[in-house]
Amino acid sequence: MSDNDAPASAYDMTHEDEALERRTLAVMVDNEPGVLARVVGLFSARGYNIESLTVAEVDASRHRSRITIVTSGTPHTLEQIEAQLLRLVPVGRVVDITKSKRGIERELALIKVAGTGERRIEALRLADIFRANVIDTTLESFVFELTGGSDKIDQFIALMQPLGLVEVSRTGVLSIKRGKEKG
Amino acid sequence: MKPQPEAIAASSQTEPLTLSGAQIVVEALKAQNVDTMFGYPGGAVLPIYDELFHTDEIRHVLVRHEQGAGHAAEGYARSTGKPGVALATSGPGATNMVTPITDAMMDSIPMVVITGQVPTHLIGTDAFQECDTVGITRCCAKHNYLVTQVDELARTIHEAFHVARSGRPGPVVIDIPKDVQFATGPYYGPECVSRPTYQPRREPRPEAIRAALDLMATARRPVFYTGGGVINSGPRASELLRDLQAATGFPVTSTLMGLGAFPASHEDWLGMLGMHGSYEANSAMHDCDLMICVGARFDDRVTGRIDAFSPGSKKIHIDIDPSSINKIVHADVPVIADCGEALDALLSGWQARELERPDLAGWKAQIREWRSRDCFAYEADAKAIKPQYAVERLYELTKDRDVYISTEVGQHQMWAAQHFHFEEPNRWMTSGGLGTMGYGLPAALGIQAAHPDALVIDIAGEASVQMVMQEMSTAVQHRLAIKVFILNNEWMGMVRRQWQELLHGERYSHSYSEALPDFVKLAEAYGAKGIVCDHPDELDARIIEMVEHDGPVIFDCRVTREENCLPMIPSGAAHNEMILGTIHGDEIDDDGKGLV
Repeated sequence: MSDNDAPASAYDMTHEDEALERRTLAVMVDNEPGVLARVVGLFSARGYNIESLTVAEVDASRHRSRITIVTSGTPHTLEQIEAQLLRLVPVGRVVDITKSKRGIERELALIKVAGTGERRIEALRLADIFRANVIDTTLESFVFELTGGSDKIDQFIALMQPLGLVEVSRTGVLSIKRGKEKG
Repeated sequence: MKPQPEAIAASSQTEPLTLSGAQIVVEALKAQNVDTMFGYPGGAVLPIYDELFHTDEIRHVLVRHEQGAGHAAEGYARSTGKPGVALATSGPGATNMVTPITDAMMDSIPMVVITGQVPTHLIGTDAFQECDTVGITRCCAKHNYLVTQVDELARTIHEAFHVARSGRPGPVVIDIPKDVQFATGPYYGPECVSRPTYQPRREPRPEAIRAALDLMATARRPVFYTGGGVINSGPRASELLRDLQAATGFPVTSTLMGLGAFPASHEDWLGMLGMHGSYEANSAMHDCDLMICVGARFDDRVTGRIDAFSPGSKKIHIDIDPSSINKIVHADVPVIADCGEALDALLSGWQARELERPDLAGWKAQIREWRSRDCFAYEADAKAIKPQYAVERLYELTKDRDVYISTEVGQHQMWAAQHFHFEEPNRWMTSGGLGTMGYGLPAALGIQAAHPDALVIDIAGEASVQMVMQEMSTAVQHRLAIKVFILNNEWMGMVRRQWQELLHGERYSHSYSEALPDFVKLAEAYGAKGIVCDHPDELDARIIEMVEHDGPVIFDCRVTREENCLPMIPSGAAHNEMILGTIHGDEIDDDGKGLV
């Protein structure tokens, strides 16, 4: 080291020791061929995680799609993910829903449960508590439709496990920001 | 049918003109002021080639391999500041272009690559010469397009040029199926481009400039660390850098990519920094209290060991790409802006505050002491040509001419960066980020095509240059009088001599090029001139012979084989752990070897 003992400003950074955080990002993109491949390719090329991903066109007249990505990383990595996404030409805006106080997240799940007797009745009773809709039934099975935060859906699936859980289909997280308060 | 220029000009006011896809390509290129392009024909681009046959406004340089076209376009772009244009066919034409596209991406070089594609109805059928060009180039280009509708073609080409040169520049690929080239559709001019989601920021925020000026006003050991971004921003940015340096008196170092933005003859020039940079530049970076990074990105060849990189400094980071900020090194004051705009704002702010040049006497005395180590010195040899001596003589004998330099990758590249000196931007073309062996010869073709009367020299190594040797044929055909100056040490010096010796216990695994060609005969076989020189006493005369020859030359400069490229920061070491070389009494110890 040199003779200068000034405090290091830049090297307070210890990325490796930082805890992983989970974030939900809403990515507004031009809906054009290959845009999803660009976004997904960026994540794999730079070694970022994707925990869930949803995409659909939300404004047909302007050809805009909204991609919601749940990812995890250190704060440094998360900052890079946002910046790298914005480098892509069709990406217009990236909103960190998790950091926003007004963020709302929801997921939709379809859950098939098979069983008879007491187990069937218990499944239906729990579905009622979770406000899940029954969208298909046979004498030996139900298909439940459930919306809510991912935690709620995880919890419901865990409860269905001993009651004859057969199959699960989930949309992944969708997100939006609450409207601004008046005043 | 050939569209009339008056009709094209009138088309913007009235109904758009209806043209074939191939005609739209050529008209759009002309509207983008493309005067030169580099390419190789093939089945899927023949309609475009047929249209080029009818125009004399665009010069097409036929290369011998598509990689050559890509690097030539890069050389053209770096030496002019305009986007380079390359044209290739589908399948192998496109895949051969992947290396130059990636190279341009890493070094932020504006380039537009047009590739042919199989007809739309055959896409996805594994047709002859089909490949997923947009899939392959998606991750190595700034942006790419597959144009499936001829109606979209004109807008796509104009947008591609806009994307290539705006923001952080880069390569853009346009893949055009053959049926789209034949189909007819409307031609629109460049004004049709509208992309609300792509709006790169150019102007710095005033508060960022204020914070930067606050740090600059009180710095006692400041340094400008400049990069390729200054060159990419245009000649005005280089002028503003000189003006801001004159106002502040701060010393300046630069990355490999930024050489020429600040004059090497200036007393406050520290030389290049980084792994093979100067001792004074790296020491100044390590000990500074304020680092002003202008258009550079803290590459690992620059920073060395990251947790020991300039530990006592505040850092101002000017970059047009927000993802460069805080990517490797934390910026105390990030300035997201075009380098030229930011330098302009800093200079106006410095003048508005009526700041004087601070007293940097102590800092400059320290820098003089580092400089007195004379880190690029080497032992003279009366009987054999040292590679450093060869570059020095080349510099001395050509510096008063209109000279442009390209390089391949390896030891010769670093010796060129150390011993050739640049006063102006856009004079130095080298593959920095990707480190592409075989870049220099085709890049020289592109430079020579852009500057027909200039002296263009590819400082090469005998290993790199063989990767693209076929392009000598292009040089001869198109009368591009490039000079290929080979520092021939008969092996891959950087790999063998430097890394395998230092790191791998002198186990020289596959790094000796046996059966090297006779470069003089090779030059003559292509119809070029060959010169060989192996004695220092003859070197000057041979260099003058090369420079004065009106045509392409291969110069086989036989240099000493054992020379290491020094000084060197072994990777994983800090800036102040530089190996200066044995002639200064520094032996490379075991610890040093472990750090490579």
